[in-house]
Amino acid sequence: MQNKNPLSPHLQIYKWQISSLLSITHRIVGVINFFAITLICLWTLTLLLGQNSYQTIQIFLNTIFGKFAVISLCWTFSFHILNEIRHLIWDAGYGFDLKISKITGIIALVGSFVLTILFYFLGRNFF
Amino acid sequence: MAQFSLPQNSKIEVGEYFKDKTNSKNLKKVHVYRWDPSTGKNPRVDTFEVDVNNCGPKVLDILFKIKNEIDPSLTFRRSCAHGVCGSCAMNIDGVNTLACIKSHTDINGDLNVYPLPHLKVVKDLIGDLTTLYKQYESIQPWLKVDQTGQEKIELKQSQRDREKLDGYYECILCACCSTSCPSYWWNGDKYLGPAVLLQAYRWINDSRDSDKKERLKKVADELKLYRCHTIMNCTNSCPKGLNPAKAIGSIKKMLATS
Repeated sequence: MQNKNPLSPHLQIYKWQISSLLSITHRIVGVINFFAITLICLWTLTLLLGQNSYQTIQIFLNTIFGKFAVISLCWTFSFHILNEIRHLIWDAGYGFDLKISKITGIIALVGSFVLTILFYFLGRNFF
Repeated sequence: MAQFSLPQNSKIEVGEYFKDKTNSKNLKKVHVYRWDPSTGKNPRVDTFEVDVNNCGPKVLDILFKIKNEIDPSLTFRRSCAHGVCGSCAMNIDGVNTLACIKSHTDINGDLNVYPLPHLKVVKDLIGDLTTLYKQYESIQPWLKVDQTGQEKIELKQSQRDREKLDGYYECILCACCSTSCPSYWWNGDKYLGPAVLLQAYRWINDSRDSDKKERLKKVADELKLYRCHTIMNCTNSCPKGLNPAKAIGSIKKMLATS
């Protein structure tokens, strides 16, 4: 086909499905987690550098933005773990039915928020 | 890196507005993607007011009504009008489906009709499916047998083996699934796409075929097969209710376990 022919619209018009929305979220969250793990490693490194450097990060984590970041990361990890389990089940050859994949998708999404709350309470020594 | 926005010559402009002349009380606004190769202009979206009271129940009926009564230059593919041929596959209300089996009464508000996504447009609602057909050819969609010449005998298939093809042989190659897949949008030249992979699985899974190993080997490719990330847009859009995602999953599993 010649180059002058236009490309039909794709992302612009296609309706989001639960499955495609979770799929792209899974990817984005995966990238965020990759950087988050690197940051966490650096954070633990600061432990070796003595009290002062540890303290500065501690102060940052206690600000509202720091708390938001930590809670967001709890969610990104929870979501990634749950959705990855979903992918594992798919790889084993199960759960491809439209209904089942929708249900597992919703479970992964709702479950990620439940896990986040659990993590939060765990961190607060609530139990 | 994939290009997420439309190229300059594909940007959609606001088109003409065709007002209703029948004074009907039950009107539906239908937005249709138009592109005429002879004008050299960008594609546009025309709006038609259609009298739904005097129109059949399907989206294809609306398109025919527009073509017959409002604008005869509207171009689209269709043939059987019963969901068997797959010609009238297009993007209706944001999801790929067949215009002949999609009821417009199911859609609230305005009706949006676009060609299948991420294809070169030939005219109006017709997309160019050449790549898809070439890919279909590449999986050799025919029965391959070892028999030669005179010793050819009838290939029998048990009922159970035949049942293994259920849910796969029904595919009409309308390309709804392939063109709904974001992975196919970004890698359509290399990734085979759900429609072709479902067909590949149909031949791999056929008990009469003697080329199973070779077929599996051919499809086992980082780009051809593993660009599927189980986004499931394919299964969501299939107008025949088939499950391409499951077929691709089955191929992956076969490769992992063989």
